Parts: sequence; structure tokens; C-alpha cells
Amino acid sequence: MPADLPRAAHDWLDNDAGPVVRPYAMTQGRVAPEGGEFDLVAFVVATAGGRPGEDTPLQPEHHAIVAAAWEPISVVELASGLDLSIGVVRVLLGDLRSAGLISLYEPPAATQPHDVDVLKAVVNGLRAL
Amino acid sequence: MDSVRSDHNGASSRIPVALKILIAGGFGAGKTTMVGSVSEIRPLQTEEILTGVEGADSVDGVEGKTTTTVTMDFGRITITDDLQLYLFGTPGQDRFWFLWDELSEGALGAVVLADTRRLADCFPSIDYFEQRGTPFVVAVNCFESEQRFAPEAVGRALDLDEGVPVVLFDAREPQAARNVLIELVEYVARRQLASASR
Repeated sequence: MPADLPRAAHDWLDNDAGPVVRPYAMTQGRVAPEGGEFDLVAFVVATAGGRPGEDTPLQPEHHAIVAAAWEPISVVELASGLDLSIGVVRVLLGDLRSAGLISLYEPPAATQPHDVDVLKAVVNGLRAL
Repeated sequence: MDSVRSDHNGASSRIPVALKILIAGGFGAGKTTMVGSVSEIRPLQTEEILTGVEGADSVDGVEGKTTTTVTMDFGRITITDDLQLYLFGTPGQDRFWFLWDELSEGALGAVVLADTRRLADCFPSIDYFEQRGTPFVVAVNCFESEQRFAPEAVGRALDLDEGVPVVLFDAREPQAARNVLIELVEYVARRQLASASR
């Protein structure tokens, strides 16, 4: 039955799987960001006046992240916009944070309960769409 | 080190509040359709580390392979400049449960899509959210020319806890999909008020 999960070898290597490049090559094989994880909906902002120093070896992807984060942008938007996997973006964000080039804001509502006023605002906003 | 400016409150005028909603359900139940009908949908690459998760691919003979690629759908609804809703279509395959844990961390709630022709497909999602205590609504995606069931009948068939909303909708209709989200958020608010008054 086609609706069932395909068992063919490497069926995840389709167009949806993106470019066939080992994603962690650009992180020199590092899979965990420095200084802890980043929530998918944490926001990233480039540090004002933060310019990569000569002594900070940065890759094009690092620069792309800094460029995309002049306005607050969520981690998930960064990953999708730059077409990088979320794990790779996290490692690169860890580098940038260590270098003082970005600030990171974890979602304040990461723990329940959620603010009922916020929930009302969401409902009203959805109704108004 | 000033890189960790953790004064959330001081920065809240600039940093939006982002809420996560998960869209779950069996293969082909309409997750991608729903995310696409209410928001601008985009693919998200996740490259996950295989850590001997039960059900993960056997790595016998390919011990060098320690990651696997999962593509998820996500979409954003901008309520106001300061308030954004993120929808995540959860990966359908069982072996990606470990991704769900992260997705559901801090999530506002979940929509479990049900297809009445294959109702059992959504059991794992329901079990998962019940176990984690994540509030969810069940949305029955009504495909054309299909026998319709009363929401109560679906709720009984799924053995849902009392109060869990069941709605019938068409995932392709933006307004209908939005109403499902409204139903979920209102349900979360009701639960919250109820637990606060207890």
C-alpha cells in the first residue's frame, strides 16, 4: 500500500531532503552548539555594532546569519530562510554568540502556563485575519 | 560577557512573543494542507543525530551514519508585530518521535488531524499528547464524498478525555483551518482558567 511508509533504501534522499551534502561539514563536524541549545522559536538579533574581528574565523554561513538577523528573527526562520538544517544553524549560532556577534532571546513563554491575555490576543487576532 | 542579555522584559518591546502549535496526525491526514492553508508554508531541514533511538534505522554495517534527515513543514502566522504563531507539521514516521519531544517543549498545544477512514492512524499522536499533558483538539478532515460522522461519535471512538474538542473541517479551507486553531487556543485558555481556580 503506497500510503504506508516506503521501505525502499534511502527513500529520504528525495528532493525534499535537500542537497546531498553532509550538513555538519560546515560545522567541522560539531553537532552541539556552544553554550546550550536554542529553542526553535528563540529570537536572534545581531549585536549592534558587532563586526566580525579578524581573529574570528567565520564562514559564509555565519555572515549570512548575521546579515539575516539585523531585525529579530526566530531560529526556525533563519534555518528555513538560509536553507540550512536546524542543527547546523544552532552550532553556527553558538559560534556567533561566543564571538559576541548575536544576542539570543529564549521564548519567555517556554514554560506553561501561558498568559491568558496572550491567548485572548491570539484568538482575536485569528478572528480578524 | 554581554552576549547573554537575558533581560527579557526590557527587550519585550522588540522581541516578538512566539507561540508554537503542533499539527499532528497520521500519514496523509492533511497536516501539510492545513499548515499551507492558514500560513505561508516553508520546509525546514532537520538533521538529527541517531542516538540509538528505538525504531531508528539499524546502523549495522553503516556505523559511520550517525545522522538522518527529516524535513518538516512549518508556517508562521503574524498576529501582530509582537505576537507570532508558529505551526509545525510533525514528522509522521514513528521513528522520529524524538523530534516531537523538542517540538512539544513549551508548545501552546496541538491539533490532531483525523481521517475517519483510518481513524487508528491518529492514536499514536493522541497517546503522545495525553502522556505529555499537551492540550490538543481533534480535527476531523472531511474529504469529499465521504460519510460524515458526528463529532461526538468520533470522540467516543477515540476514547478522548472529557472536554477535548472534536471539530469537523476541511483542511484546504483557510477559514475552517483558522477556526480549528481558535478552538484550540480557547480550549487551552479554558483549561488554564480551570486549573487556576482549582
